[in-house]
Amino acid sequence: MASILPVAKAASVNPLKSSQPLGAAFAFLGVAGAVPLFHGSQGCTSFALVLFVRHFKEAIPLQTTAMDEVATILGGADHLEEAILNLKSRTKPALIGVCTTALVETRGEDFAGELTAIKSRRAAELAGTEIALAQTPDFDGAIEEGWSKAVKAMIEAIAQRGTAQQRNARRVNLLPGAHLSVADVEHLRAMVESHGLEPVILPDISGSLDGTVPASWVPTSYGGTSVEDIRTLGQARLTIAIGEHMRAPAARLAELTGVDYVLFRQLSGLKAIDRFVSLLGELSGRPAPEPIRRRRAQLQDALLDGHFHFSGKRIAIAAEPDLLYALATFFVGLGAEIHAAVSTTSGSKILEHIPCEAVKVGDLGDFEALAEGADLLVTHSHGRQAAGRLGIPLLRVGFPVFDRLGSQHKLRVGYQGARDLIFEVANIFEGARHEPTPESLNPFRHQESEHDRRPASAIGRH
Amino acid sequence: MSSQARVQALFNEPACEKNQAKDASTRSKGCSKPLTPGAAAGGCAFDGAKIVLQPITDVAHLVHGPLACEGNSWDNRGAVSSGSALWRRSFTTDLTELDVVMGQSEKKLFRAIREIVEAYAPPAVFVYSTCVTALVGDDLDAVCFRAAERFGTPVVPVHAPGFAGSKNLGNKLAGEALLDHVIGAYEPDDVGPTDVNILGEYNLSGEFWMVKPLLEALGMRVRACIPGDARYRDIAGAHTARVNMMVCSTALINMARKMEERWGIPYFEGSFYGVSDTSDALRQLARLLVAEGADRALANRAEALIADQEARVWRRLEPYRARLAGKRVLLNTGGVKSWSVVAALQEIGIEIVGTATKKSTDEDKVRIKALLKDEKHAFDNMAPRDLYALLASGNADIMLSGGRTQFIALKAKTPWLDINQERHHPYAGYDGMVELVRQIDLAIHNPVWAQVRAPAPWDAEGVSIADASDDGADFIARTRRKFAATAADELGEC
Repeated sequence: MASILPVAKAASVNPLKSSQPLGAAFAFLGVAGAVPLFHGSQGCTSFALVLFVRHFKEAIPLQTTAMDEVATILGGADHLEEAILNLKSRTKPALIGVCTTALVETRGEDFAGELTAIKSRRAAELAGTEIALAQTPDFDGAIEEGWSKAVKAMIEAIAQRGTAQQRNARRVNLLPGAHLSVADVEHLRAMVESHGLEPVILPDISGSLDGTVPASWVPTSYGGTSVEDIRTLGQARLTIAIGEHMRAPAARLAELTGVDYVLFRQLSGLKAIDRFVSLLGELSGRPAPEPIRRRRAQLQDALLDGHFHFSGKRIAIAAEPDLLYALATFFVGLGAEIHAAVSTTSGSKILEHIPCEAVKVGDLGDFEALAEGADLLVTHSHGRQAAGRLGIPLLRVGFPVFDRLGSQHKLRVGYQGARDLIFEVANIFEGARHEPTPESLNPFRHQESEHDRRPASAIGRH
Repeated sequence: MSSQARVQALFNEPACEKNQAKDASTRSKGCSKPLTPGAAAGGCAFDGAKIVLQPITDVAHLVHGPLACEGNSWDNRGAVSSGSALWRRSFTTDLTELDVVMGQSEKKLFRAIREIVEAYAPPAVFVYSTCVTALVGDDLDAVCFRAAERFGTPVVPVHAPGFAGSKNLGNKLAGEALLDHVIGAYEPDDVGPTDVNILGEYNLSGEFWMVKPLLEALGMRVRACIPGDARYRDIAGAHTARVNMMVCSTALINMARKMEERWGIPYFEGSFYGVSDTSDALRQLARLLVAEGADRALANRAEALIADQEARVWRRLEPYRARLAGKRVLLNTGGVKSWSVVAALQEIGIEIVGTATKKSTDEDKVRIKALLKDEKHAFDNMAPRDLYALLASGNADIMLSGGRTQFIALKAKTPWLDINQERHHPYAGYDGMVELVRQIDLAIHNPVWAQVRAPAPWDAEGVSIADASDDGADFIARTRRKFAATAADELGEC
C-alpha cells in the first residue's frame, strides 16, 4: 500500500494539474448539443479554451458568465441568468453545463437556488434546454474531480428518477472516466455492442471530440450522449463505471434509479479486461466474439515479447489518480518498477493502491526531482522540459498533449489497447537505448560509490 | 593454396584434442557432421567468417556477391566499438544477373574497392567471397592484390564461400585470412613485457570492457582483442604480444596454434564467464607473462586483485540467494563455454535441471556429470516439440539459451534469458556474473508470467466459464460478488 506524501511546499513549480472546471467542461463536451458555461471571470474560460484547442485541435464551445468587478461584489446571479439566456437564443443548446470557478465559489453564492429560480422564472424561454450545475472551484481537485462532478450533475439534473422504471435487458450504461481517450471510448462501445448489448455512454467524447469535419458550422458540441439517453439512464440493466472517480456518479445513479453498478479501476491489464469481457458475456448470455478472443491471444503474445523491455525498468509517472493507477499497474505488471509517482490531488481512494512505496501529491517540479535516474518519464506534454533536462524519454499521456497529434485516437484500453501500449513503450526503450561505453562498464568505476543495484524491489512484492 | 587444400588443412588441427582422437579418414571429413538437406539449421562458412571479422571496427567489410549474403544479414550483431563505426556500414558489390552473365564481377569488385577507399579511407578493406563469386571463379586474390597496390590500402581477401561448409569452418577461415594477410603486417614501436592478445572475444554488449580494466589494473596491456572492438593496426601488430588467451576455443584455435608456431607466443584456453573462470584467466595470464619474462610481482598482484574482486562479487550476489535458491534452470545452448557460470549459479542455490550436450566435448560431459544431480538431465539434442512439452509441464523456472529456442520457451509461457550473441546484457567478468544473476532474477520474478498463464475466461466456443460452478443465482448478486464494490478494496487486482 502506497503512502501518500502531501504537498509540503508553498511554491508550485511547473504544475501538473489542470483545473477542476476544465474537467467538468470536458465531461459536458461529451454530450450532444452542449455548451459548457464557466461561471467566473472571462480568463477562466479563455485559458481552459486555449488548452482544449491545443490538445484537440478543434473549435471548442465554451462560454463564460464574464464576471466583472461589480458582479463580483454584488453577486453573479444576474450574469449567470444573462449568460444562460444569451446562450439559449444564440446557440439553442440541448444542455448548458454550468461549471463554477474559484472566483464565484470564494464569493460563495447559492448557485443551485439561483439556477432553480432562473429555470422557473424563464421556463418558457428555456424550454428544450437542460441545465446542469457542477460546483468546481479551481482551488480544489483537478480534471478527474471536475469530470466526476459534471457527470453526477447531469444525472441529477436530467435522469428520470424512480427505482421502478421499465428495464431494457440489453441496455448497459457506461460511465468512462476522464482518463479514457476518444479511441478508448469507441473501443469499449464496440466491445459492448459486439455482445449484442446497447451501450449508453456518459459522457461520450468519442462522438464529439473525435475530430471530424461537420457539413455546417455548429456552435455547440456536435455528437456525444443525447439528452434523451441521459433521461432514460434508469432503464438500463447495469451501469459499468471505469475509474475510481466514476464511483460517485455511478452510486448516485443507483440511488436515484435503482440501476446497480460495477466499477473497473482500469481496463489495461489482462485480468481486468478478462473480467470486463466475462461481465459482458454474462449480461448478454452470448459467447465472447471471435475477434475479441483473438485480441486476447495477441495481448498474451505481446506480454511475452514485450516483457524483456520492461523488466527492471524504472518508470516515473505523473498523472491524475486513476490514470496514474492504470499506468502504474500496467508497468508493474510487465516487470518494471515505479521509480516515482506524482499525482494531482490527495482526495482519491485509488492513490493508496498504486503499486509503489509512495505517491507524491505535487507538481512537475517534484516530478523532475524524483524522476532522476528513471528510464522513462510518463506524463502529459508539459513534462517535455523535464525530459529534455534529464535526458530521459517521455511517454505522453493524459491531458494536455499539445505537441503531438492524435492523442485522442491513442487506444490504451482493452486487449488491443494494452497490446499497442506495450509495443509503444517497448519501442521508446528501443529508440533510447544507449550503446555501452568502456567507462559505463568499467568495474572499478562502480566500486568507489558501491551503488550496486539491489534486486528489483517492486517485483519482490508480487 | 586452393580452397579445398585450405579446408583440409584446417580439418587437421593438431591443437584440437577432439580432432586428435579421430582416425585419419574421419578427420578428413571435417569437424561438423554432414548436413542433412531438409533438416539443417545454422549458418554457412561465409556467415562464420563475417562473424569473426566484422567486429574489427575501422575496417570496411565488402561482401562480394549478390545482395542476399550481405543485404539479409547486415547490422545483426551486438558487438560494440569504442571508436570507429565504419564496421557497421554495409558494403556489398550487389551483383546483378548481367554482372554474372557478362563476367563483370571482378571489375565491379575493383571499382567498389576504389569507391570505398576514396570515400572512407579505411586502414584496410576486407573482401569476402560468396557462393556465386567463388562459383564463377573470380580471382579474389588477384583483384585484392592489384587493388591494394593501386590504392595504397591493404585489401584482405577472405575465402569463405557459403558452400565451403559450416559456420564453425568459416570462423577458422577468417582466422586464416588474418594470419595470411594481417598479423605481422605492422611493427608497433611500444612493445612491452606484459602485452597480451585476447582471441575469440567479441565484445558483445561491450562486455570485454568489464574485463579489460582488470587486466590494466594488473599492468597488462591488451595489444589486440580479436575481434571485439579491435582496430586493424592492433591486429596487424598482434604478433608482438607475449601471451595469447583464447576465449572461444573452437572458433580460433588454428590461429592461436599458428601464432605460437610462427612467433613463439604461448597460449591458453580460458573464459571470462563465471567467477572462478575469470579468476583463473587472470591467474594464467599473469603466470604465462612471468614465464615469458615479466616482473614476478605480477603474480602476487593478480592474487590480491582476485581475492578482492571475488569477495566483492559474492557480497553482491548474496541478496539474490534468498530470491533464487531452489529455482530450476534449464540450460539449452550449444556449448556452455564456461562451467564456472553453472558453478556460480549453483553456489547461490540455483538448480540446473537439464542441459544440452550436443556441442560439448568429452571433458565437458565429465564435468556435467559431476555437476548435475541426475545424469538423465543431460540430453543430446531435444526436438522443439519435446522441449516445449518439458517447459510447458513446469519442470523449469527459466531457460537460458540462444535466440533460436526463444519462442519455444515463450510460447510455453516460461521465462527465458538470451545467453547467446544477440543478447543485450554484458555477462563477462565479475560484474557480468552479477548482471546475469540479476537478469535471471528479473526474468523469473516478472509478474507477467502469472498474467499470461491465466486461462481465458471462456471455453473453446467463447462461452464464459468464469462462473461454471455457480448454480444460477440471481445475476446481479453474482455480479456484485464478482465485480461490484462499494468499497475500493473489493476489486483487488482489478
